[in-house]
Amino acid sequence: MTTTDILEKTKSFLAQFISVQVGNDDDLFASGLVNSLFAMQLVLFVEKEFGVKVENDDLDYDNFRTLNAIVGFIQRKMK
Amino acid sequence: MDLELTSQQKQHQEQFRAFVTQEMAPYADQWDQDERIPSEVIQKLANQGYLGAIVPSEYGGPGMDALTFGLLCEEIGGGSASLLSLITVHGMVCQALLKWGTPAQKTQWLPKLATGEVIGGFGLTEPNVGSDAKSIETTATHVDNAYVLNGEKKWISFGQVANLFLIFAQCEGKPSAFLVTRDRPGFSTLPINGLLGFRSAMLAQLLMKDCRIPEDHLVGKIGFGFSHVAGAALDHGRYCVGWGCVGGGQACLDACLYYTGERKQFGGFLKGHQLIQQMIANMITQIKAARLLCYHAAYLKDKGDPSLIMETSIAKYFASQMINQVASDAVQIHGANGCSSDYPVQRYLRDAKIMEIIEGSSQMQQIIIAKSGYQNFLLEKRKARRHDDATQS
Repeated sequence: MTTTDILEKTKSFLAQFISVQVGNDDDLFASGLVNSLFAMQLVLFVEKEFGVKVENDDLDYDNFRTLNAIVGFIQRKMK
Repeated sequence: MDLELTSQQKQHQEQFRAFVTQEMAPYADQWDQDERIPSEVIQKLANQGYLGAIVPSEYGGPGMDALTFGLLCEEIGGGSASLLSLITVHGMVCQALLKWGTPAQKTQWLPKLATGEVIGGFGLTEPNVGSDAKSIETTATHVDNAYVLNGEKKWISFGQVANLFLIFAQCEGKPSAFLVTRDRPGFSTLPINGLLGFRSAMLAQLLMKDCRIPEDHLVGKIGFGFSHVAGAALDHGRYCVGWGCVGGGQACLDACLYYTGERKQFGGFLKGHQLIQQMIANMITQIKAARLLCYHAAYLKDKGDPSLIMETSIAKYFASQMINQVASDAVQIHGANGCSSDYPVQRYLRDAKIMEIIEGSSQMQQIIIAKSGYQNFLLEKRKARRHDDATQS
């Protein structure tokens, strides 16, 4: 799966929760764009869509803070 | 979505029903009056594998699928909402550890939670903090190789008997989750009695005064306590409560179907009166609707679909609203008898109110559900606009 594929799928997912356009490096959590349920929804999305398991050691906001960070995290997990 | 149960699920459902009929239903009113559930009952629940229902076989549990577990919650919820709350909070601790525990935490605690050797408690709510859970005031300070906890938790189901608590505290100003065992110095509990409902759920206040715990008792990472650890646990809790409400609603209906066929007024059985039939018809319809929402949540949960969180919230919201109407009508149908301790419907009504408050109040669910509705509407509008643009160009 290419970086673009992962990015587009993740963008489509985020569009279900965020009403404004977000840049690839915008902070999703600091901006107050998402509610308290979003974090677990994101985890479930990553696991189901890309077949990886998000675990204790992955709990680092740098893995989830921005679109680019999420894509990078998924790529590392898929290796 | 397949709505038909497999033969194995049907078999499990019959076993759950038999357990509730034999071990719970005849005693639930007495437990309610005594404001406690005997430890032997909890042990029986554990021996059946019901307490650690979601713990996978590799940790000694039965590893029930989502729908089978939902059916268990439905049956238990019909017998005793208090005992359902034990399955709920115990399961929330199991769920949090399964998802975010370290390998060592899983190995140490999950086998004990599966057998009931350890009873889990969920410590989020505080005297000053309910729905605004991110604002918890309990603190955890990292000192040497330990965390030192200070603060109070309130309304903790089975806090009187649980011995492994998942406690949420601010650490470095960020919500974080910790495992605290009952035997830690500085940890104590105070029983809470005289509640409207969930009277036999042995609620307690938890007090932590310089309560020192090993640093490897942190669950997840600092700052992820609310969003991820509590998030996983509360989703599980809402799922249990939704199904439990369906069971409670069914218990109300069954009580009314029996009573209206026995009780005569104006020369005929109550079931012959059309205003009674109206209430019965509404009960049947509302219970079925709630059950279908729970089936949908189960289907998504087994698939690991991200939408399960919103759909579980919807199921919990609807089912808890449903049981309040159904239980209120059940008492109405029973008249003065329904207000007395001779009939369980008064307990069902008192317990129903709690269902609207625990694991996210109806109002919190409404806010989330409405926001999601507006977001989906916006998304559909965007899609339509893109489609129009593509067609024109």
